[in-house]
Amino acid sequence: MASPIHLELSRPQLLISSVVTSVVTGTAAEAATAQSPGAEMPQNSKVSMIVNDERHEIEVDNRTSLLDALREHLRLTGTKKGCDHGQCGACTVMVEGRRINSCLTLAVMHQGDEITTIEGLGEPGNLHPMQAAFVKHDGFQCGYCTPGQICSAVAVLEEIKAGIPSHVTSDITAAAPLTTTEIRERMSGNICRCGAYSNIMDAIVEVAGTRA
Amino acid sequence: MDKSAFEERKTISAPMHASLRHDSAHKHVAGSADYIDDMPEPEGTLHAALGMSDRAHAEIVSMDLSAVRTAPGVVWVMTGADVPGHNDISPTGRHDEPVLAEGRVEFHGQPVFAVIAESREAARKAARLAKIEYRDLPHWTEVTDTLENGATLVTDPLTLSRGDADAALAASPRTISGEMRIGGQDHFYLEGHIALAIPGEDDDVTVWSSTQHPSEVQHMVGHALGVPSNAVTVQVRRMGGGFGGKETQSNQFAAIAAIAAKKLKRAVKFRPDRDEDMTTTGKRHDFLVAYETGFDEEGRIQAVKANYAARCGFSSDLSGPVTDRALFHADNAYFYPNVRLTSQPLKTNTVSNTAFRGFGGPQGMVGGERIIEEIAYALGKDPLEIRKANFYGEPGSDRVLTPYHQPVEDNIVARIVDELDHSSDYKARRRAIIDFNAKSRVIRKGIALTPVKFGISFTATWYNQAGALVHVYQDGSIHLNHGGTEMGQGLFTKVAQVLADAFQVDIATVKITATTTAKVPNTSATAASSGSDLNGMAAFDAARQIKERLVAFAAEKWGVSPDDVAFVPHHVRIGETLVPFADFIKQAYMARVQLSAAGFYKTPKIHWDRAKGMGSPFYYFAYGAAVSEVSIDTLTGEYQVDRVDILHDVGRSLNPAIDKGQVEGAFVQGMGWLTTEELWWDDKGRLRTHAPSTYKIPLASDRPKIFNVRLAEWSENAEPTIGRSKAVGEPPFMLAISVLEALSMAVASVADYRHCPRLDAPATPERVLMAVERLRGM
Ligand code: FES
Ligand code: FES
Repeated sequence: MASPIHLELSRPQLLISSVVTSVVTGTAAEAATAQSPGAEMPQNSKVSMIVNDERHEIEVDNRTSLLDALREHLRLTGTKKGCDHGQCGACTVMVEGRRINSCLTLAVMHQGDEITTIEGLGEPGNLHPMQAAFVKHDGFQCGYCTPGQICSAVAVLEEIKAGIPSHVTSDITAAAPLTTTEIRERMSGNICRCGAYSNIMDAIVEVAGTRA
Repeated sequence: MDKSAFEERKTISAPMHASLRHDSAHKHVAGSADYIDDMPEPEGTLHAALGMSDRAHAEIVSMDLSAVRTAPGVVWVMTGADVPGHNDISPTGRHDEPVLAEGRVEFHGQPVFAVIAESREAARKAARLAKIEYRDLPHWTEVTDTLENGATLVTDPLTLSRGDADAALAASPRTISGEMRIGGQDHFYLEGHIALAIPGEDDDVTVWSSTQHPSEVQHMVGHALGVPSNAVTVQVRRMGGGFGGKETQSNQFAAIAAIAAKKLKRAVKFRPDRDEDMTTTGKRHDFLVAYETGFDEEGRIQAVKANYAARCGFSSDLSGPVTDRALFHADNAYFYPNVRLTSQPLKTNTVSNTAFRGFGGPQGMVGGERIIEEIAYALGKDPLEIRKANFYGEPGSDRVLTPYHQPVEDNIVARIVDELDHSSDYKARRRAIIDFNAKSRVIRKGIALTPVKFGISFTATWYNQAGALVHVYQDGSIHLNHGGTEMGQGLFTKVAQVLADAFQVDIATVKITATTTAKVPNTSATAASSGSDLNGMAAFDAARQIKERLVAFAAEKWGVSPDDVAFVPHHVRIGETLVPFADFIKQAYMARVQLSAAGFYKTPKIHWDRAKGMGSPFYYFAYGAAVSEVSIDTLTGEYQVDRVDILHDVGRSLNPAIDKGQVEGAFVQGMGWLTTEELWWDDKGRLRTHAPSTYKIPLASDRPKIFNVRLAEWSENAEPTIGRSKAVGEPPFMLAISVLEALSMAVASVADYRHCPRLDAPATPERVLMAVERLRGM
């Protein structure tokens, strides 16, 4: 059996480390985990991205996620790390207008891409309509999921407009309807542990101009 | 005098009871609200990771950490022997919880060593290189296994009893006995645990900790470092959720970061990965409830006997008070003429379970509601009828005494339930559902109305105190600090409203500052829903002191009676004269009036004698009720929640917008607990549901399709709490019991409602399907 510990490494690390680690069979009274320490030194790369309309050139370890690049290299900490496993949506940003879990993609894959984070959508005093709607409807409690929810919500409305079907779209050949069911389904990749879903939906619905 | 300004602005922007938005709203939506991981790191900050046991119960025969030490980037490897003070973070002083295990491990994932390295990745990778030899010992992870194998307890059990339960059971016309399993729950605060320790001079250290209990982190860090509390400062501005999971569980990360920071003289940041967080931190307690009840043909309860056995994990942590609170809520809103309740806080080889919204109360209540359901199915009646027949009586009647001998004096459950019964059209909908089920082959529906009565106060009486520090600066701006912590519940906003109201200034005049042990000492955890009750009153007391000095100053200076001095919007009225607040403050400063005060509050009336199981542990009760309607697919067990109506009591709400959000959020979280959130340990004692990929939290698409939430606007707290409001954090969590019971009714329909489905929690689709199959065979 593979050492269970391996599975706990976050995904980008796992991709790399599974190449170099040994698999150990543990028996009852034996050594727990062993792992070859001989990982070759990681390669660094230069990446140039346009983040929030500004061009940035950074040098990152090839295994650095886009999330870590944004948070740790560019100090754009508005994008949050909830799970680092692509399962909570807190790290949602927009790449070339489409939403993406930034923890699930490597920074080096985004050479030349245009990226919008929560900071790029708007700032206090000059909020994006979606941000303003979240304020108006109290679309949060602790606020940790909020940047991801807002980026996702902005992109969801675009997806619907572009006619991209979802799991609940009944006729995938027709334009996806702008219903609360559609929005709810499409927003289901963004966990809000505080359970502010009602207010989040109210905010999105207001911006979408649909009726609840 | 400035009459014109007064004419223009007769009100302030956010007094008490106004629906003011959250104080950080504009920052949350712009991503500029800083959590600890977002703060700029001090130069040369090091990072920590845990080395965890992969045995559930074993002796450590040998530990070879040489490969860890020589791994790239590693600066230090810390073991239990390196803890300079006490290798212990047991919050109740039982010395049963090491910072790092020594000699033996007691759960799979227990921290055995910590790696401090130049980067988080380096620390995490190095932590995998340890060679630890174990000698396995027998381990029990499940409550049932533990009971069968000579169960030991982590702490003293509790008995609550009144009347003669055995005799009343023997004399009852009808009796039922059964068992119910109730699962635990992971907090999954979206911001995981984090601690940033910055070493100072001498023995000083400052720790930014994502904690609901800064004072305890301060004590634990001091205890582990072997330094007095005055050397340790703990701070937190906000958390990305806590839910009880950051009441004691922050101690370990803070202690390790602080020890390493002091040793290495560099800042140390410890932000565990999500899997690490879920594996090494405690959760809601699972319970096995064994119950027996006696009742008459009308469904009136004569006696209840129940034992609540809980999976507490390897150490006591808060399991004593949690299992106590389970017993305190086993009655929910029902009078038990004869009762005997016992708790059994079991030691298991799992992570030590801890506080979680409701603190055992929800589990107690779920057990109590199962008893109601049993009686209803046995008598072929609507469970709501059984509920109404058993509610606590009006004050002064002979049906007001709880199993802990505190009379219920503020009972409004009957009114809440009646109003909801009508507004939700419960009876007609129930009839329609029964008709629908008679005709529908695959899809079945269920509906249930369940009440909540939840006791407010810490049962540890001494925790019911709070402090606040208020400064009014020369320019009239106000600085607010109190012992409570902000985790999204809106506490800071509410307390700021209290101050704005007291001084009659706009909320923008009040600056809310990070909680720190250096400003307000000896605070209690922001828990037990008590945050606004305690800290609101403490801030109010600080304002009172400053206002008294200001009134005396004004009376003397203007030569009026103190009764002729009043704080009015943006001004102070002194006799006929109106002085703008800021001008007035400036004059008070020039006259050397002290413009700062430390406020204090302790909850009156409460007392509790645990050994006797008697007292008045609760200052008051909060009430509520919910009706849930669900549909299940009897071929797959899948279900959806079609509609939920809630009427909840928060007294006179301090902030209706925030309170409504709390009610909705608590309901959704409670629904997750009782439906999809399942924790699962394998036969090696390893938690296999340690990430959101395997642990299913409610999503936007799981929210009830129709969700009508109302606050009982007519309600006022019978006790003189701040603004006559009531606590709101925990009570609505238990409204979700209505979902479990509605699912149960849908299941019961397959056997014509003749049998209580005994649907255990969480009622996952698998469990619903199994219950359907079981009932089909009956
Ligand atoms: S942090 Fe990327 S999905 Fe959770
Ligand atoms: S507001 Fe806390 S997780 Fe969504």
